[in-house]
Amino acid sequence: MDITELQEIAEKERANQKEIRVHCCTSTGCRAANSMGVKKNLEAAVKDHGMSDRVQVVGVGCMGFCGNGPLVEIDSKEKLYEQVTPNDAESIINSLNGGGIPTAPEGDLKHPFFARQVRIVRETSGKIDPERIEEYIAAGGYQSLYKVIHDFTPQQVVEEITKSGLRGRGGAGYPTGLKWATVAKMPPGQKFVVCNGDEGDPGAFMDRSVLESDPHRVLEGMAIAAYAVGASEGFIYVRAEYPLAIERLEIAIKQAKKLGILGSQIFESNFDFKVNIRIGAGAFVCGEETALIASIEGGRGNPRPRPPYPAQHGIWGNPTLINNVESFANIAAIIREGAEWYASIGTEKSKGTKIFALTGKVKNNGLIEVPMGITLREIVEEMGGGIPGGQVKAVQTGGPSGGCIPASLLDTSVDYESLAKVGSMMGSGGMVVMDQDTSMVEVSRFYMEFCRGETCGKCIPCRAGTVQMYQALTKIINGEATEADLVKLEELCEMVKFTSLCGLGQSAPNPVLSTLRYFREEYLALLKQGVLNGKVAVHG
Amino acid sequence: MQSTTTKNSQKSTKEHPSGDKRFKALDITMKRNQYRQDALIEVLHKAQESFGYLEEDVLLYVARGLKLPLSRVYGVATFYHLFSLKPSGAHTCVVCLGTACYVKGSGQVLEALEQKTGIHQGETTPDGQMSLMSARCIGACGIAPAVVFDGTVAGKVKPEEALEKIKDWGINQG
Ligand SMILES: Cc1cc2nc3c(=O)[nH]c(=O)nc-3n(C[C@H](O)[C@H](O)[C@H](O)COP(=O)(O)O)c2cc1C
Ligand code: SF4
Ligand code: FES
Ligand code: FES
Repeated sequence: MDITELQEIAEKERANQKEIRVHCCTSTGCRAANSMGVKKNLEAAVKDHGMSDRVQVVGVGCMGFCGNGPLVEIDSKEKLYEQVTPNDAESIINSLNGGGIPTAPEGDLKHPFFARQVRIVRETSGKIDPERIEEYIAAGGYQSLYKVIHDFTPQQVVEEITKSGLRGRGGAGYPTGLKWATVAKMPPGQKFVVCNGDEGDPGAFMDRSVLESDPHRVLEGMAIAAYAVGASEGFIYVRAEYPLAIERLEIAIKQAKKLGILGSQIFESNFDFKVNIRIGAGAFVCGEETALIASIEGGRGNPRPRPPYPAQHGIWGNPTLINNVESFANIAAIIREGAEWYASIGTEKSKGTKIFALTGKVKNNGLIEVPMGITLREIVEEMGGGIPGGQVKAVQTGGPSGGCIPASLLDTSVDYESLAKVGSMMGSGGMVVMDQDTSMVEVSRFYMEFCRGETCGKCIPCRAGTVQMYQALTKIINGEATEADLVKLEELCEMVKFTSLCGLGQSAPNPVLSTLRYFREEYLALLKQGVLNGKVAVHG
Repeated sequence: MQSTTTKNSQKSTKEHPSGDKRFKALDITMKRNQYRQDALIEVLHKAQESFGYLEEDVLLYVARGLKLPLSRVYGVATFYHLFSLKPSGAHTCVVCLGTACYVKGSGQVLEALEQKTGIHQGETTPDGQMSLMSARCIGACGIAPAVVFDGTVAGKVKPEEALEKIKDWGINQG
């Protein structure tokens, strides 16, 4: 395969594409609402109306507005239909002939939910069939990989990514270029590239969507990374809870191999890159990079102290680059458009876009890709449409490691530093909107229950501390706690935070600390009637 | 456990002494992975898929096949939540208790199911008809609350709908 062949595939595919493409979402959310039945009927209707020569039904990945699925979009006519049932299919196809209006509700593509998005990672999500490599190639796919192999030295790739300002999307926000440079500088030999698709944050499904909707984009990013750091083998670690993502990745890898885009002598160069899939087995801690390595090696997912970092000492002791799914999915676009372009989006220290899973009590649920620096208010109120008949009380970001940001701070800018300053974090992209009926003490107990269940038990502060913090929170919720218990809870938080081995324990107290910071009165109201700082506490 | 090791430590690639064909499927998976020890998790997934759960005999078989100490196999099998050492019911119902689902009332769905069946999450009905489980998030947060009935995801599930569904399975306890 060389560049002309790649372009030929693209041209042939574009020539074969029909004038009207009816996109029907076949990702998990819409599937659960019977989008496969919709797709079947759409196809039948095209046939029945004798329109097969100009209309084509395409099963696509997630369009992002999952809360209103199944979704059907007619790109060339800028029409979106929501909550489509198999019975609506006929009317949608008929309308393409000017025959009446579809019976399914029409969505508003001009709504801020869509209009305010900036799509880089998701540029082709919901537009192409994720099970056909030709569609990805027709959309410009794998050209960046070709470009780096033929026009860039590995060092130039690392420099380009560094200049782009991309930071890790898996949670911590470590500069991606710096990480690549560390692995690249290790002496030549066996090195690995790992894509972290463990996505453990409950309430987050960005990575799932990317893997299901555009698996080749992730593979291309990984291959570029492998070229840059000198690796010839990679792993994608996907949670077992994501069967469709696994299935589509398997298809994607097979197709890429067949075309000589993965495997040996990629694009007729001497660069080899082989990708394996590893399937998780339900352990949140395996998202932590050293635990992830242990799991890839087939063992228990226990984290180990760092240093040495995986970049120096990873899988089977070899230098290993670990990045998140979304981090890798940014790479091809950065190479294609250039580092300056990417760095022009976002804020001074947080570049580019971030995908969020907007969920909870907000009106519009789904996935949004927004430029860094947008405010929480713009996301929740404008894009999310606020809470129908209710009020925003808090926005939770960062999952079990993050915190709750109160409504009074909705003008906070969404970037790594600003979110950390208000006691939360960017996290992997979960964003859960809570209303006035949500008890913040219960929310913090909810996360503590999570951490208590997910602690790997290797170190005592986390193993015992999460149990004790959970008990203290339960005592408070049951109205049996005193002020002394609250003080003890706060001490526990500090202790667990500073003495745990890995990020799970270190950040487990965060939801408690942030709700104590902003919603302390809810804790106080639950304390047993007694003297509180000289005042009498009242029962909530 | 020690005694069973000796009892079963015969030829490992030939047919399992019990004549159970499902061991064949395990052999194929192990072979495809060239009996590599790092394939342990994948092999256990396959074992659970074939046998429904990881009984001791199966763990022993895997340990021998991959030449790993049983303690290692057992340690891995117990570390990961998705592996079960106990048999599960004919039907499974998994209620998502992740944040998005929790905020949207999945707790009530679980409660209704627990009440109806008389079992708690993580348990199986005495007649072996249904196992009730919970998940931390299945990535269908956009359609919360989500429940997985026998492997099929359902979204925006109300307590009544969940009860209706298990009634279709013929579950009428409690
Ligand atoms: C308890 C815990 C869970 C984590 N889970 C994930 C995860 O699910 N996905 C992920 O990409 N990173 C996760 N991380 C972060 C990883 O350790 C690692 O920093 C990340 O994969 C690096 O990729 P990035 O630099 O591209 O963000 C987790 C960290 C901790 C401490
Ligand atoms: S902090 Fe918790 S999860 Fe991390 S190693 Fe210690 S016990 Fe395990
Ligand atoms: S799953 Fe269909 S829009 Fe997200
Ligand atoms: S929180 Fe239930 S599917 Fe994600």
